[in-house]
Amino acid sequence: MATVAASPTYTTAGARRTGIMDWLTTVDHKKIGTLYLHTALFFFVVGGVEAIIMRWQLMRPNSTAVSAEVFNQLFTMHGTTMVFLVIMPLSAAFFNFLIPLQIGARDVAFPRLNAFSYWVYLFGGLFITIPILFNAAPDGGWFAYTPLTGKAYSPGQNMNFWVLGIQILGISSLAAAFNFATTIINMRAPGMNLMRMPMFTWMSFVVQWLIILAFPVITIALFFMQFDRFFGTNFYVSAAGADPLLWQHLFWIFGHPEVYILILPAFGLVSEVLPTYSRKPLFGYPVVAYSGILIGFLGFGVWAHHMFSVGMGPIADTVFGVTTMLIAIPTGVKIFNWIFTMWGGAIRFTTAMKFAIALIAMFTIGGISGISHASPPSDLQQTDTYYIVAHFHYVLYGGAIMGIFAGIYHYFPKWYGRKMDERLGSIHFWLNFIAFNLTFFPMHYAGMLGMPRRIYTYDAGQGWETFNFLSSWGAFLMAPAFLIFIWNFFRSKTRGEVAGDNPWDAATLEWSIPSPPPEYNFAQIPMVTSRYPLWDLTHPERMKDIPHSMDGWDEAKLRTGEHVTATGVHEPDVAPMHIESERKSAKELGIPMPNPTIKPLWVAAGILVLFSSLPVMYAGKTLAAFAMMAVGAVMFVGFLYAWLTTPMEDAH
Amino acid sequence: MAHAETQTASHHFTTTGLDNRKVAIWMFIGSECMLFASLISTYLIYKGKSVVGPFPHEAWTNPATGQAFPPILDIPVTSVSTFVLLMSSLAMVLALAAVENRGKPVPPGLSGKILSSSKLWLFMTCLMGATFLGFQAYEFTSFVHEGLTIRTNLFGSSFFTLTGFHGAHVTAGVIWLGTLLAIDMKRGLQPKDAVWVDIAALYWHFVDVVWIAIFTLVYLIQ
Amino acid sequence: MAHETAGHPNPDHAHEHPTWKQYKWVALILTVITALEVWAYYIPALVASVFFVPLLLIMSAAKFAIVVLFYMHLRYDHRLFRLLFTGPLTIAMATLIALLFLLARTGALHVS
Repeated sequence: MATVAASPTYTTAGARRTGIMDWLTTVDHKKIGTLYLHTALFFFVVGGVEAIIMRWQLMRPNSTAVSAEVFNQLFTMHGTTMVFLVIMPLSAAFFNFLIPLQIGARDVAFPRLNAFSYWVYLFGGLFITIPILFNAAPDGGWFAYTPLTGKAYSPGQNMNFWVLGIQILGISSLAAAFNFATTIINMRAPGMNLMRMPMFTWMSFVVQWLIILAFPVITIALFFMQFDRFFGTNFYVSAAGADPLLWQHLFWIFGHPEVYILILPAFGLVSEVLPTYSRKPLFGYPVVAYSGILIGFLGFGVWAHHMFSVGMGPIADTVFGVTTMLIAIPTGVKIFNWIFTMWGGAIRFTTAMKFAIALIAMFTIGGISGISHASPPSDLQQTDTYYIVAHFHYVLYGGAIMGIFAGIYHYFPKWYGRKMDERLGSIHFWLNFIAFNLTFFPMHYAGMLGMPRRIYTYDAGQGWETFNFLSSWGAFLMAPAFLIFIWNFFRSKTRGEVAGDNPWDAATLEWSIPSPPPEYNFAQIPMVTSRYPLWDLTHPERMKDIPHSMDGWDEAKLRTGEHVTATGVHEPDVAPMHIESERKSAKELGIPMPNPTIKPLWVAAGILVLFSSLPVMYAGKTLAAFAMMAVGAVMFVGFLYAWLTTPMEDAH
Repeated sequence: MAHAETQTASHHFTTTGLDNRKVAIWMFIGSECMLFASLISTYLIYKGKSVVGPFPHEAWTNPATGQAFPPILDIPVTSVSTFVLLMSSLAMVLALAAVENRGKPVPPGLSGKILSSSKLWLFMTCLMGATFLGFQAYEFTSFVHEGLTIRTNLFGSSFFTLTGFHGAHVTAGVIWLGTLLAIDMKRGLQPKDAVWVDIAALYWHFVDVVWIAIFTLVYLIQ
Repeated sequence: MAHETAGHPNPDHAHEHPTWKQYKWVALILTVITALEVWAYYIPALVASVFFVPLLLIMSAAKFAIVVLFYMHLRYDHRLFRLLFTGPLTIAMATLIALLFLLARTGALHVS
């Protein structure tokens, strides 16, 4: 296919706004996904630079490149950035882009709420990131243990930005979670019953539930900290009789499900990538789905394994040790499912496939080191050492980030209509893979030799020098690997090989429509009969063992009929599974699409102003703070009413 | 608000046949369960751990000043406000039923007329919600006068935060229902708007059941 | 859950909702239980006995269930809603109990 062909564009006839306003007002889930993707990649650079400065400092003993105070800010913000501003939003980019496409929907359940989630994320991310430019960034660790982070020991503004920033980001995650969970429950195409959903959608569904149930807990824990810091309450003040472990428990009740919030979307992505490039259906689909649910459920019963060293007593230690070992079972099951998916398949080693295989291998290493600290006695030797740092980077970088890279290479053609360069992709993969292992594998040894986490420097002669030197060089090598990726990413948008609608010969609904998808996604909503609807058409020979039925079809037809007779205006246009390659505008097809609107952005801005008033109050400027609160509240309420009283779509 | 969204939302095909908004509000309520579980756990964990008074159920004398503090919780007053909030739930279900049955023949007699007035029942719900908030404002101010603020001790911090969060939810509910009432007065809520009333009602009842738990765990159990 | 799409062709259960008669009785029962709760509070012998806390918890749970089943019409509504509510409620209760177990114990050491 010629690479000079005109780039397909998003905007079809009838676009009402252009340029920047188009992005500020969009309610299209694909564009919001694009916004998430780019913003998260930007924060990836920020978090990466923070990591590289830390590795520069730790490369040699007794280094003085940065002060202890700056180092505290660096590791706090590196963790916070990577967890809340990079991996979660990268996953959200895929939730946005993929969930409606995979389940055969034209948009999410609440398109404007979706835009709101993005803007809150952007504002929250900037709120928590900008202070580092003024040497005032949060410095109490990404877990912000009290009483260190209380007013008595952290009197500066630093932790205020953390506690408020995470609160803002929580609003974004929760709003998005209600939205996506509703979308998955309620917007599936006829015949797309739960056991036919693509595995990415399944894992996303579990993740939305984890967010819905875990984020309220951190919200409350943060409110307590906020009240302690701003209003003088006693929740974490030991002198008043407070239990110093309360924060830790509440934080990890959120924090452990959060770990699965970070990893499960990547598991979902590789569960799409592996069958496609192995040219075989996913091995044991129901088991992969159920093990995902089980991980989500058990994820609420393991939190205190982060706290073995605080002395909870033998009963609690035993219970949490056992549940932690139990949760390894569904995780291990997935690993075997992926291996058996590849077994006997006709494998194509594309870049996406390489990253997916890397996830299996690297996550397994991280998982095994994880089991080694599921046992409290063993954990006591490892806790707060670099061994833990090695473990969770194998899980989160080797797992989540590798999976997300696999997803980006795999879905780029659907997103932009062009492929990313495979040669550059291969270089990126190998350089990244080597740099990753060079960085984090030596940390196992440094940790076993007793090097504590979070120290800003160390003395020579403790046997840590070589390992730190290697780790630092690994980190420095990751930068060029990432730059190659970024170059490839942006270049391929306009100059990549034109991909066609289904370049990887994949099996799910998103590949049955043009690349990039038109704004309405599906001109006719497909009615599916199996979990690989597209292979039903293109590769029936692969579908021998896959169950087929027309479950849900009659009901859909019935309801369609009802609608026609009841209102006489609109018939949800469904059709048996088919491939769409025509690109018409929604107007031509008569498909009602939600109108673009700026109001969600303004509501989000109102929230930002409201939260920003608190640091102003903390600085003693009470009057200015009250003025900001008033402005923020008026913005929030006013634009919310304006949003709710404006119809989502034009009357038709 | 109801007008605009309903017209366009009604024709959207949904897998389960249920309204998106109703699915979402139930998930929101599930999420709120975790929110209030965290608040209530904290209150219970800190019960009896304050190093200084005043205390909820026990008298306390300040050893430094010799000042005596009676048990601070006022059960009779809170029992009344609890009753008012419970009855607001009755008004709420009647408001929803009135909206759902609009257009159907009104049962004969005065009671039929009263029961079919969604405006009356929305107003009553708001009024009782506001009454509950009035009781809470009275309770908070009298506690402060008696020497218990949010800063005084762990009991003060966890009590004011827990009941304050609940009060904030009631406030949001009163505003929400007030908005629906305003729409009802302006153009009359129709059966097709019922989902808007339904989700507001679910939220309102949930706030009520949270208070049922708080009333027992905070006020009655000593 | 996989077959939740089947079997509910008509989700509009509005006609099955309880009526004024039922609502009235529900309100009456709620009032009576509340009165019993407050009454129990004023019987010192009962308050001192081991039955007091379980009794109050049972009465409170009963009120909770009645409001959820009738006023939130969970008893009459789609079973998906039951799942959406009872699932999170179970996790919330389990978390609450676990937290009390973990923290109320360690705290008992420094309560005089």
